[in-house]
Amino acid sequence: MSRELFKFKGGVHPPEHKAESNARPIHPAPLPKKLVIPLRQHIGNPAKPVVAVGDPVKKGQMIAEADGYISTAVHASSSGIVTAIDLQPVPHISGLPDLCITIETDGHDEWIDRKPLDLHTEPSKLRMQLRDMGLAGLGGAVFPSAVKLDPGAAHPCPTLIINGGECEPWITCDDVLMRTHADEILQGVAIMRHLLGCSEILVGIEDNKPEAIAAMRDAAARMDFAVEVVAVPARYPGGGAKQMIQVLTGKEVPSGKLSTDIGIQVFNVGTTYALARAVHHGEPLISRLVTVTGHVLRPQNFEVLIGTPMHTLITLAGDRDGTTGVLMGGPMMGVPMPNLEVPVVKATNCLLVKSAELFPPLPKALPCIRCTRCAEACPAELQPQELYRFAKAGDFGRAQEYHLFDCIECGCCSYVCPSHIPLVDYYRYAKSEIWAREKDKRASDLARERHEFRLYRQEREKKEKAEKLAAKAQAKRAELAAEPAAQGAPSDADAKKALIAAALARAQAKKAEIAPKNTDNLSPVTQQEIEEIEARRAKIRELARQPLESDEKKT
Amino acid sequence: MPSPFILDRTSVTQVMAWVLAALLPGIAVYVWLFGPGILVTLSLATVTALAAEAGMLKARGYPAKPFLTDLSAIVTAWLLALSLPSLAPWWLIVTGTLFAIVVAKHLYGGLGQNIFNPAMVGYAVLIVSFPVQMTQWAGPLELTPAHLSLVQSATVIFGGDFPKATLDAVTMATPLDTLRTGLLQQHTVDEIMTQPIFGHYGGTGFEWLAGAFLLGGLVMWALRIISWHVPLAFLAGIWLTAGFLHFFDAGRFGAPWFHLFAPSVMLGAFFIATDPVSGATTPRGKLIFGLGAGFLTITIRTWGGFPDGVAFAILLMNVCVPLIDQYTQPRIYGAAAKTKEPPA
Repeated sequence: MSRELFKFKGGVHPPEHKAESNARPIHPAPLPKKLVIPLRQHIGNPAKPVVAVGDPVKKGQMIAEADGYISTAVHASSSGIVTAIDLQPVPHISGLPDLCITIETDGHDEWIDRKPLDLHTEPSKLRMQLRDMGLAGLGGAVFPSAVKLDPGAAHPCPTLIINGGECEPWITCDDVLMRTHADEILQGVAIMRHLLGCSEILVGIEDNKPEAIAAMRDAAARMDFAVEVVAVPARYPGGGAKQMIQVLTGKEVPSGKLSTDIGIQVFNVGTTYALARAVHHGEPLISRLVTVTGHVLRPQNFEVLIGTPMHTLITLAGDRDGTTGVLMGGPMMGVPMPNLEVPVVKATNCLLVKSAELFPPLPKALPCIRCTRCAEACPAELQPQELYRFAKAGDFGRAQEYHLFDCIECGCCSYVCPSHIPLVDYYRYAKSEIWAREKDKRASDLARERHEFRLYRQEREKKEKAEKLAAKAQAKRAELAAEPAAQGAPSDADAKKALIAAALARAQAKKAEIAPKNTDNLSPVTQQEIEEIEARRAKIRELARQPLESDEKKT
Repeated sequence: MPSPFILDRTSVTQVMAWVLAALLPGIAVYVWLFGPGILVTLSLATVTALAAEAGMLKARGYPAKPFLTDLSAIVTAWLLALSLPSLAPWWLIVTGTLFAIVVAKHLYGGLGQNIFNPAMVGYAVLIVSFPVQMTQWAGPLELTPAHLSLVQSATVIFGGDFPKATLDAVTMATPLDTLRTGLLQQHTVDEIMTQPIFGHYGGTGFEWLAGAFLLGGLVMWALRIISWHVPLAFLAGIWLTAGFLHFFDAGRFGAPWFHLFAPSVMLGAFFIATDPVSGATTPRGKLIFGLGAGFLTITIRTWGGFPDGVAFAILLMNVCVPLIDQYTQPRIYGAAAKTKEPPA
């Protein structure tokens, strides 16, 4: 095993705190009375419910189907009755509720009829079946796995990397999974190899997990294809997909592109295991390993049904006085939980219970002194001190020029900052501002386009009308000019004259008809005035008619 | 409070404390070779800086404690004090320190906001305004006929009654001053260098002082308080520029080693040019900043109106920092420019 390893730039090495939880065996968490299963547990469209309130469901039954290509299904984690399909609190930093299906469990934990998938099915069909198994990346990003298992015609994928890095402090669920289920992980690898057609398979594990490395090497040796298990230096965020790729292959994922663009696909070990369970046992993704650690009596890993309320796990691990909060995930990228009623979801790799001793409150921030420790620590090789300056000043354009969107929010910069500035917060803020502005801009662009089109349309209609009128007038004039020549002028001119005279008579009659109604009971003086005016008008009409007639005569 | 929830232990206070600690070998050598006068200068500058810092924080409505304890004002005070003649009158020290803290630091927005290195602004103001008083350097003890005690030094600095003859017996022109005067009198470098003020490399006593600052600088580098870029580029800038001139006319231009070990270069390279706030931030930018400062130092020493050029060189490079930073942005992860293929 003398593979040449590469280094990723930056990174930090915080205290690991792995030993607290990785020694105890995996403990199955008991079946809760109520499961709350969110429909949005993955990246992409949330799943669409296919059950109704009152429906009985079995363990592993699909309760919501994938909606579109980038989506995945959601299943009942145990048997029972659907009691609600409504908004419930979910583990998200916003604290906003989301659509969930609530199942009151019946305690029988009765499975559906599980059928292993046939690997010889046509690949696209098999991927649809996997999508219906609810598989999503368990390393944290929860990207639908079926999508990632599509090599696509444009991107052959010669290299498959199985990520057992688990670089975040405190978390040990991947470590424990590799120690105990290495064979099944490798069965998952075989399935991936089959679907992606990879020729090179690498398993990257940080060298602070010697037991996991040994177990995986043992299992790899039993496979009928080559799998190289590589110990990589423990350095946060070495378990990030981009960093793992860089360390193992020396390649960088081009900015704004995917690893498949350079022929590499990466899966977390937990996902690989879930894939094996789905294919060989017909089990959809309804449970996962969750590390419960930090300020608890017995830090350990639990096998947990998706939808289990978080507080039950903390009670199981032994809650203690002096808890100051719970994070979902690790201390570098974890999300604080608004309350512990929220359910465990597919992305829940760890519940880290905080206390004032383990996580002292962060000191107040001082001004940036431009020391560039952040730049040295940044694995994306950005200039965090400049991004901070631009974000703080609201100069989001410059922030984007300085590659704000290449930031992976790993937290290394905040971790090393001697001024204790919450740098990542500023980047999140700047990103969300830019998104909001782009949305606004799109909306106003649309409105402006509509308005401009309306003006254009009005102008066009006006023009068309004018043209039509002009054309009509022209046609008439042409007709008038042509007809006398064709059919003898006098008779036609007479007819015209007669026509005009008739029209005038009609108009006069009409005018008389619609004469002012207030002409009854007029005083003689007024009557006389009216008559005088009428006489004048008649005279004017007479005068007005004459030139017309003389014109007519000329033509 | 969002992630991350843990912090590295380093704080601004710690960084500044390490800078101060790294200055201690230099200060010790200073006392040993030039007498205890520098301790009076350092103390006076420190007290003035802290008072000015506290006053400005209050005036600007900032909390005093976190900013007074960050030690940055003391770093400024010490760097200025170590740049001043060790027997400079008290009002010179106070004026320089006040200017550094009040104008160069706080009027520009306080910690982290100053465009110019505060200590060097203080120094520049003094050398421009009071060139005569800025020559009151205590000579190396091994060369001066009389030595001053701590109390006597304090008496001199605070302008007490002190015999002029004794004072003349303890002060000497610095090596750079001597070289400058000698060259103006049409002597060659070799002739000038035979005077006792010149030692093996930089100047009697001064070269040891330079060595002590170099040691402190290397400690800071080893502890990653500073990166190697600026000091190395600064020293290289001095060595290359001085070497180039010396190569073409050794009679008129001092040797590169002399320039490196003459007073203020090592202090400037490791402690002043490395000031992160007023310096360049990108790796390439730091190299340009250092090289430029080194080049300008020799240029000013050779053709400028003042014997030393470190302060002006650094201030001039401070002006260029935004430009340097903007045009030396490093390649980021995954940028298209580099195609890093692993060796097969």
